[in-house]
Amino acid sequence: MKMKRHGAALGIVAAGALLLTACGSDNNTQSGGSTGGSTTTAAGAKPDCGGKKSLKSSGSTAQANAMSRFVSKYNAECDGYNLDYTGNGSGAGINEFLAKQTDFAGSDSALSASKGEVDKAKTRCDGNPAWNLPTVFGPIAITYNIPGVSELALDGPTLAKIFSGQITNWNDAAIKKLNPSASLPDLKIAVVYRSDESGTTDNFQQYLTAAGGGAWTKGAGKVFAGGVGSGGSKNDGVATILKQTSGGIAYVEWSFALNSKLATASIATTEGGTPVKVSAETVGKAIDAAKFKNESGNDLALDLSSIHGSKVAGAYPIVLATYEVVCSKYSDADTGKAVKAFLTVAINDGQTGLDANGYVPLPSKLKDKLSAAVKAIS
Amino acid sequence: MIGAMTEDSGQSGGRAGVRRPGDSIFRALTTGSGLAIVIAIGLIGIFLLIKAVPSLVADKANFLFSPDFITTDPTNLKFGIRDLFVVTVLSSLVALVIAMPIALGIALFLTHYAPARLSRPFAYIVDLLAAVPSIVFGLWGAQVLGPTLEPFETWLNKVFGWFPLFANGNIPLAGAGTIFTVGVVLAVMLLPIITSVTREVFRQTPVMQIEGALALGATKWEMLRTTVLPFGRSGYIAASMLGLGRALGETVAVLIILHASPKPSGFSLFDGGYTFASKIASAASEFSQPLPTGAYIAAGLVLFVLTFIVNAAARSVAGGKVHK
Repeated sequence: MKMKRHGAALGIVAAGALLLTACGSDNNTQSGGSTGGSTTTAAGAKPDCGGKKSLKSSGSTAQANAMSRFVSKYNAECDGYNLDYTGNGSGAGINEFLAKQTDFAGSDSALSASKGEVDKAKTRCDGNPAWNLPTVFGPIAITYNIPGVSELALDGPTLAKIFSGQITNWNDAAIKKLNPSASLPDLKIAVVYRSDESGTTDNFQQYLTAAGGGAWTKGAGKVFAGGVGSGGSKNDGVATILKQTSGGIAYVEWSFALNSKLATASIATTEGGTPVKVSAETVGKAIDAAKFKNESGNDLALDLSSIHGSKVAGAYPIVLATYEVVCSKYSDADTGKAVKAFLTVAINDGQTGLDANGYVPLPSKLKDKLSAAVKAIS
Repeated sequence: MIGAMTEDSGQSGGRAGVRRPGDSIFRALTTGSGLAIVIAIGLIGIFLLIKAVPSLVADKANFLFSPDFITTDPTNLKFGIRDLFVVTVLSSLVALVIAMPIALGIALFLTHYAPARLSRPFAYIVDLLAAVPSIVFGLWGAQVLGPTLEPFETWLNKVFGWFPLFANGNIPLAGAGTIFTVGVVLAVMLLPIITSVTREVFRQTPVMQIEGALALGATKWEMLRTTVLPFGRSGYIAASMLGLGRALGETVAVLIILHASPKPSGFSLFDGGYTFASKIASAASEFSQPLPTGAYIAAGLVLFVLTFIVNAAARSVAGGKVHK
């Protein structure tokens, strides 16, 4: 049912977009996706370049690498247009957006109503609501350092117990149960966490809350609350400590686990389900099953617990979602046009090869929703 | 500012009655330089105070004795400097305890034992240590020294664990991201600072005194003890305090080496945590809201005051014993 409503809305929006881009390209090979009105979404694949020559944006460092990829595609497709992205942290990004220093913000979390950000954003956008568009997804890998163990499977409750100090040895029965074939040593578990405030920690703790089956009682937040182990600064600090620590376990951004060649654990989402490794496909499954805070409309703030607590078979649930926070309507039409063109590039051609940077390309269903939202920006 | 100073510095000529422009300009320039440093220090202090006070007022924890430093929610700030203070002081003291005797030895060797041919290049090498960027020391400490020291620290912990300083720390010893390791790295960083000043002071020892001591039949060691060391003591202490100031404020190396800990400090050298400077640096990328930022500035203010006190104490110690 949800799909139908979404499809109808999409049709209307896409028709409007077709009008807008009527004199645009006829080379729409880059199809938006296969579900829900895919023929019409294809119209958005080519950006309608124009408007402000140089956009400014800032915020989340987690999406900075994806952003630089988007920007180079944007430069290539819209000759003479540029976007300047500064990765200075989500909080700073939102503040600068609200202060009109930037045209949109990159943020690890959607605008919060309780902090008054939603209302402030409305004021900033001259009475139009701001939208949260989840465009960049960075999976979080669970990495470990156990001598002689090359395959390790874990699940939400076990992770929650490990990271809160309830399971302290690798030969614990709960871990053995998930890894019947592995020979787990009698070795103390050394938790390694991110000591700086980070969206990675926040999302990981949200995952533990959603999937821990009540074993995680410490809440979420950008500061690790588990109360055990030792902390390293940023991803590289965590990786350094992990490599030196026999029996260590840590959570890092997927890109980092890839680059540092750290052993990553498979995650089971359901009891008795097959544990899966982190990959573009498995993470895409989890994202596609996500629910939104408002199922209708173009503000696509995610209900993250639907991803983190995902019971979908073969889905990898530990994901950091980052948003572009934009005005639904810019008082300056030039800016709106450029933001729209940039985001069109970002969610279409920008997605190719994104997994090389440790992000997952947008799955088709979400991409359709995003295309519709981007088209509605003015 | 200097231009303004030049105009109003009036009667200051060298010879009475004759006013030379060169003289007054130079005097104004030096006075200006002197004033500039005082004004800069004053302004830094005022800046820190202005930024810190609102956060200190909003602080819901005991600023001096709370081990927490939670600033994620600006409406519910809970920060204290207890652990920062403990870690800063402990790591700097370890550094001083290691660096002071070694630096003294190097300085004496260079001025009185080393053959002249060797003395110069050796001094140059020591000075070169000061030119190594601290981030390199940090990487070295985290990647090489930490793992190397790990067995030693484990042994210390096992054998002397009954002594509070060597008790079990609040982080696993793996990788040895401890205050002890930081102290050793800081010691290496302090060596060139303490050595170069001490060396110069020792070199100033009046030759008459040295020769007098030798003529009276003193051995080389007795000569050093009776002439060079008393003469150079205040310089040596001042140099050590200069080094201590450096150690207290060292940032990047500490940030890289020291593992963070979720538990409060237990006054052990095998604890992890943050020093004032590394805590500020760790959060610097997220300084976006005034109140949480103010919390870190408040920590910076304490470091500022601490450095001040250390220096003042050093001056009084050094000043009291000079040329006895």
